[in-house]
Amino acid sequence: MRRALVISIPYLWLIALFLIPFGIVLKISLSDPQVSIPPYTPHFDLSAGWAGIKDFFSKLDFENFIWLTEDDLYWKAYLSSLRIAFISTILTLMVGFPIAYSMAQAPTEWQPTLMMLIILPFWTSFLIRVYAWMGILSSEGFLNQFLMWTGLISAPLQIINTDWAVFIAIVYTYLPFMVLPIYATLEKLDPSYTEAALDLGCTRSQAFWSVTIPLSKSGVIAGCFLVFIPVVGEFVIPSLLGGSKTLMIGKVLWDEFFSNRDWPVASAVAVVLLLILIIPIVLFQKQQERAQEADT
Amino acid sequence: MKRFTLFNATSLTLGFAFLYVPILILIVYSFNSSRLVTVWAGFSTKWYGTLFNNEQFLDAALVTLKVGLASSCIATVLGTIAALVMVRGGKFKGRTLFSGMIYAPLVMPEVITGLSLLLLFIAIGIDRGVLTIVLAHATFSMCYVSVVVSSRLVSFDESLEEAALDLGCTPFDAFKSVTLPIIAPAVISGWLLAFTLSLDDLVIASFTTGPSATTLPIKIYSAVRLGVSPEINALSTLLIGAVTIGVVAASLATKRAAVHRKRQEEMARQAEG
Repeated sequence: MRRALVISIPYLWLIALFLIPFGIVLKISLSDPQVSIPPYTPHFDLSAGWAGIKDFFSKLDFENFIWLTEDDLYWKAYLSSLRIAFISTILTLMVGFPIAYSMAQAPTEWQPTLMMLIILPFWTSFLIRVYAWMGILSSEGFLNQFLMWTGLISAPLQIINTDWAVFIAIVYTYLPFMVLPIYATLEKLDPSYTEAALDLGCTRSQAFWSVTIPLSKSGVIAGCFLVFIPVVGEFVIPSLLGGSKTLMIGKVLWDEFFSNRDWPVASAVAVVLLLILIIPIVLFQKQQERAQEADT
Repeated sequence: MKRFTLFNATSLTLGFAFLYVPILILIVYSFNSSRLVTVWAGFSTKWYGTLFNNEQFLDAALVTLKVGLASSCIATVLGTIAALVMVRGGKFKGRTLFSGMIYAPLVMPEVITGLSLLLLFIAIGIDRGVLTIVLAHATFSMCYVSVVVSSRLVSFDESLEEAALDLGCTPFDAFKSVTLPIIAPAVISGWLLAFTLSLDDLVIASFTTGPSATTLPIKIYSAVRLGVSPEINALSTLLIGAVTIGVVAASLATKRAAVHRKRQEEMARQAEG
């Protein structure tokens, strides 16, 4: 009895503030836009009884979803978000893995400090960390000043407002999400596995590729999910550093909602985005549960 | 065999340079006397002065603190209970749904969470403002708290709590005097995480707020969209400083507590022997 009560507190909270809101998004995505407050129709009207409910359901339709397929903007934005998220996940892995591996190889007494140094930027505001790159990447920014000073380039490169700026900022801001899970698996790795491989005649790099890499798989997978899924819906980075050609669906949704005030289309964009992400999200949840069971 | 090679040293140096140089540049140029943020024109603290005279920023900072404190406390209570349910709850109806609702918000794009909560608040007709941001922040941060606390609970020896129950404690007493002190470091870091997540959040706050409440990130975002400005550098420097002091202090405190506990355990063992 008491146990049921304890379970029900967080359960009901999440149902009320996480699950039900999705139901509402789904409902509004099937509604029609209207110049009124709130700007959509039909409304749920219980006072009209059964007839009201029937009337309500008969007015729902898939018009907004059909609209999403008819206008190029939307599917191009979905594809471009997936492409940007995919490329930046690979880049983050390429930057993050050597860092995580080197942290695990470092002397034990350094490790708490190294952990702290990786986590510290993650506590600092995301917005501020993106903002820091605006000054660095602009055409008279530090990167261009530095490259011109070294003589590598003679005229400033256009980096800000391109996809490159978006990739750099994603790698920068999401790096701890990649490094921490990989470091966690590498740190638990028993060094005698590598020793055994070396004893059996492997070279150091063979041992690395055929022992260390496969055994760090679960950390790599967790890190990739933690970067890929949120980046698909990223808003702040493309809006501050991306150009007019950088299409990302998070920004489209934001503009649809705040600038065009088209709530039904914004909701439909959100529903499709969720459908795209549901498979990676479920895989991520399964992977997390397996990792937790392995720990117990 | 562990071997710290030149490759390892290089990747750590480059990695940390990549993480910290942009922040250092930001801090250095907050002390620049010129309005241009890429040209150094001498040391000055005038941008901090203009910042403290800017009432809009101060008001926004106050709202942000209120939201952060309220939402992180709610999130810590709910998240700790959720962690107990996840680790100790055993099998119950809807467990998969529950764990899904705990893990999904960790990766859910913020635009979706923000939009869906806003539509909920409109559907039930609450006035949007501080209260709605608090509810929204508490909801996603409780999931982070729950993950942090469960990782600690997993390694917790349940027989300690059973011993307390055998000795006549009520389940609540046993939780309060045995389990809670042991998981306290995780609960505290969960609270800190919830607090900073709330201070940082732009997207969800933008969706769920009304005209009456503007948080600091919303204010910063609208200023930053117009371009780089030294006041924002100054404000960022203050925020970075506050967070750094908070995190370093918290980690030193937990380290000291761990050392203290170890010493007590040793003393107890010697007393037994």
